[in-house]
Amino acid sequence: MTNLIFLPILIPLIAGTMFVFFRKRLPLVRAGTQIVTILNLAVTAFVTYYVFENGTLVLQTGGWDAPYGIILVGDALAMSLILTTNIIAVAAAFYAPYSLDKGREEFYFYTFFLILIGGVSGAFLTGDIFNLFVFFEVLLMASYGLITLGGTRQQLRESIKYVLLNLFSSILFVTTVAFLYSVTGTINMAQLSVRIGHVNQTGILTTIGILFFIVFATKGALFPLYFWMPNAYTKPPAVISALFGALLTKVGIYSIIRIFTLIFNGNIDYTHTFFIVLAGFTLIFGVAGALSTNNIKLIIAYNIIPAIGFMIMGVGVFTDLSLSGSIYYLIHDMVIKAALFLLVGAVAIVAGTSDLRKISGLIKEFPFLGWMFFIAGLVLAGLPPFSGFIGKLQLLQGAFENGHYVIAIVALITSLLILISVMRIFILGFWGEGMDLPQNTRSIRPLYFPISFLLIFSIVLGVGAEWFLPYIQQIGVDLTDPSVYIDAVLKE
Amino acid sequence: MRSNDIILKTTSAIIVFVILAFSVNLFLAGHNAPGGGFIGGLMAAGAFILLYISFGLKTINKILRVNFRYFIGAGLLIAFLTGVGSFVFNQPFLSHTFGYFHLPLLGKTELATAVFFDLGVYLTVIGVTMTIILTIAEDRG
Repeated sequence: MTNLIFLPILIPLIAGTMFVFFRKRLPLVRAGTQIVTILNLAVTAFVTYYVFENGTLVLQTGGWDAPYGIILVGDALAMSLILTTNIIAVAAAFYAPYSLDKGREEFYFYTFFLILIGGVSGAFLTGDIFNLFVFFEVLLMASYGLITLGGTRQQLRESIKYVLLNLFSSILFVTTVAFLYSVTGTINMAQLSVRIGHVNQTGILTTIGILFFIVFATKGALFPLYFWMPNAYTKPPAVISALFGALLTKVGIYSIIRIFTLIFNGNIDYTHTFFIVLAGFTLIFGVAGALSTNNIKLIIAYNIIPAIGFMIMGVGVFTDLSLSGSIYYLIHDMVIKAALFLLVGAVAIVAGTSDLRKISGLIKEFPFLGWMFFIAGLVLAGLPPFSGFIGKLQLLQGAFENGHYVIAIVALITSLLILISVMRIFILGFWGEGMDLPQNTRSIRPLYFPISFLLIFSIVLGVGAEWFLPYIQQIGVDLTDPSVYIDAVLKE
Repeated sequence: MRSNDIILKTTSAIIVFVILAFSVNLFLAGHNAPGGGFIGGLMAAGAFILLYISFGLKTINKILRVNFRYFIGAGLLIAFLTGVGSFVFNQPFLSHTFGYFHLPLLGKTELATAVFFDLGVYLTVIGVTMTIILTIAEDRG
């Protein structure tokens, strides 16, 4: 039964490898990818249901007991994030055939895509730090493939920065794991938590914790380490941007949440205050970037940064309420960022440009696209019936209750500015005089289906918050108490 | 002037088999001695590269009609399926087992399922190394 939690990693990896053999037979590979992602979504939904009903599933691979072997821990947090990942994967699998050119699709796009999904699931599931590194590399290797796919000049220029920075942070990751191993003698997260709990988090352990934070802040694009992100994410085609924007930075945030709730929770005064300050700057600088540009893809890419600020703020405040707010916001943001990148990709196909000054009056020709964008903008900014609201509400409530007034006010102002930055696209791009549309050979009608699929999920997540909220609040409570995780893994 | 590299060609034709044999030896020795799939695969790729260097791309492509990219796919599939095998016996993923068998020539031999995983690594390493080197070699841009 515990083998079940390996399936979300195994299914995409095996399928991706099989498609290496049929790369020229596109109809087969496209249909195969769509079937595999739907199958994987169904399997993940079942496993998630099982985990929520019966408690954490732990797989000790190879039958070796917990601190000695590699373990995979499917707890409620990991499984709900994997479920979200697979929802995005389904949308991307149905978006890709209608938006990519044949050359990119034939050059192993679907293989890279499925390996990326497998790597992300692995990073969410793993129970030891070195395996977290390995799965990070799996998903980064796939993302290097995707970011250079097609080989346009801009993509190559941005990919050099992207690869260099990620190599740097990966080297720092390995070095930090080496430090941690030499101090504690283990890399199993549960055992690390026990051992660090015994010795109190002394100076060197806090240093190692901050080094981990720098690693994940680079991967997750936090202030001041976000500079590589917006351009690198917008140069590839829309579906690749959507995958990156929805999944890659969020794996870094997940790692921060996991490591700083489970392992480095002994010196909260220092580390978590540091997080709150950084979260404030991340919010301000991210939204300033989003307001500063007229490129619609860049506006969405810059909006990733304040969202990350919100999540880190929840970790910094560190109560069960604010942590559950972070997780709600994380799930909401993965879905809505994917939807927005796909929407902006559709707008760019229709208008033939991504310069906001040249686009206007699209709502006459494409009313459905326009209203979908309007709803997505409201969801992103967190207006009450939608999903962004509940996460932010919990975050702000947590911040006010614990006396972090400055960050809460910054967060409120940022929300307003996010709304302005997205509504600028709607007002300038969709209203106004009609523009001369370029003659498109391909219709964007098939693109509506994956976008509306994500939007419907996003609306359900907000309107049906009553169903999801108890589970997510339970995750928040479990995160503040590491013994839940430790007991599940070490079975003491 | 045509250069005459008969010495290179003759010696490499012999040495290639020595290297390949050594690579198989390393691959099989990995369980109890230094070696294994990774180093064995690199060694085998080294043998192929020696062939390409001494006889040229065209000649060897005529003889070795294989697409090394398929080696990557095949190797990864073998490694994954080794893990899936443990699903069938209801064991945790990647569980391995071993047993002693009497083989005709070798006598009592220990055979372990971990070899299949190593075979996957071996093929993947050959595939990756050869793909990298041949892609760069064929690039005329």
